[in-house]
Amino acid sequence: MTKVTIYVTLRESVVDPQGIATTEALQKIGYEEVKSVRVGKLIELQLDGSEETIEARVNEMCNDLLINKVIEDYRFEIGEVASK
Amino acid sequence: MKFAVLVFPGLTCDLDMYHAIEETVKQDVEYVWHTEADQLDQFDAVLLPTGTSYGNYLRPGALAKSSPACKQLQAFAESGKLVLGVGNGFHILVEAGILPGGFLRNKGLKFRSTQDTIRVENNNTVFTKEYTQGQMLTLPVANEFGNYYADEQTVEVLKNNNQIVFTYANENTDGSTEAIAGITNEKGNVLGMMPLPERAVEEIIGGTDGMALFQSIMNNRGEQHVN
Repeated sequence: MTKVTIYVTLRESVVDPQGIATTEALQKIGYEEVKSVRVGKLIELQLDGSEETIEARVNEMCNDLLINKVIEDYRFEIGEVASK
Repeated sequence: MKFAVLVFPGLTCDLDMYHAIEETVKQDVEYVWHTEADQLDQFDAVLLPTGTSYGNYLRPGALAKSSPACKQLQAFAESGKLVLGVGNGFHILVEAGILPGGFLRNKGLKFRSTQDTIRVENNNTVFTKEYTQGQMLTLPVANEFGNYYADEQTVEVLKNNNQIVFTYANENTDGSTEAIAGITNEKGNVLGMMPLPERAVEEIIGGTDGMALFQSIMNNRGEQHVN
């Protein structure tokens, strides 16, 4: 079993309303050094498959459903899951 | 004319849409549950109501892709028949790739439920012929993800083809690109919009500015989109 961690972020060109609100909130409670926050999401998959196929399959999943490329970018890490 | 109200799990305003057809154009209208959508081609128009399809998990409208009805809907739109998606129905059309763009959380981060002033930017579509060019409409909006996003290149295409049909006329509160409130596809047979015309078909519910949209469909259904 393999664990894949997908990091989804809004594209650079897209204004992130949650990020803006969070930036302002951090500054308001004293973290003036914060200039910008971007809020994204994390998707974890556990799946079967060989090392060679997983990368292509995960890219397909991202294109088919997990990511809307109009507004989002992604990257992912492939790791092992300890078997019990 | 035969209308289908296509219902995915979590869409809640199917009844409003059904009622709007009964109230405005008094045509045949049927609910079609998404697992039974293989007969869509017997209808002349498909209406996608608003609500929260699949709980808006992942992204609003995205998980509708896991239903076989999405393929039926793509084929139906491709065939040139009429498709109207409002609110979450618009999200589904975008996620299905039937309309361009994407949706972000509202600029104000709040679920916004109110009446907006909407400008008719193109009255030369099958959905808007009964309006006048530049007409101001008062229509209800109710959404948390009404912030339509399109990149510059897409906006250029939308403008060149006159695909921008409705804009927010006063404040663009949700932050939509170019204040876009509704667009058609290139052919003009698919309209997606965030304001809710089906909630404005009777004085008793606050206005009738949505009526002409349904009457337009009825009166101009045979005509092609002219830019």
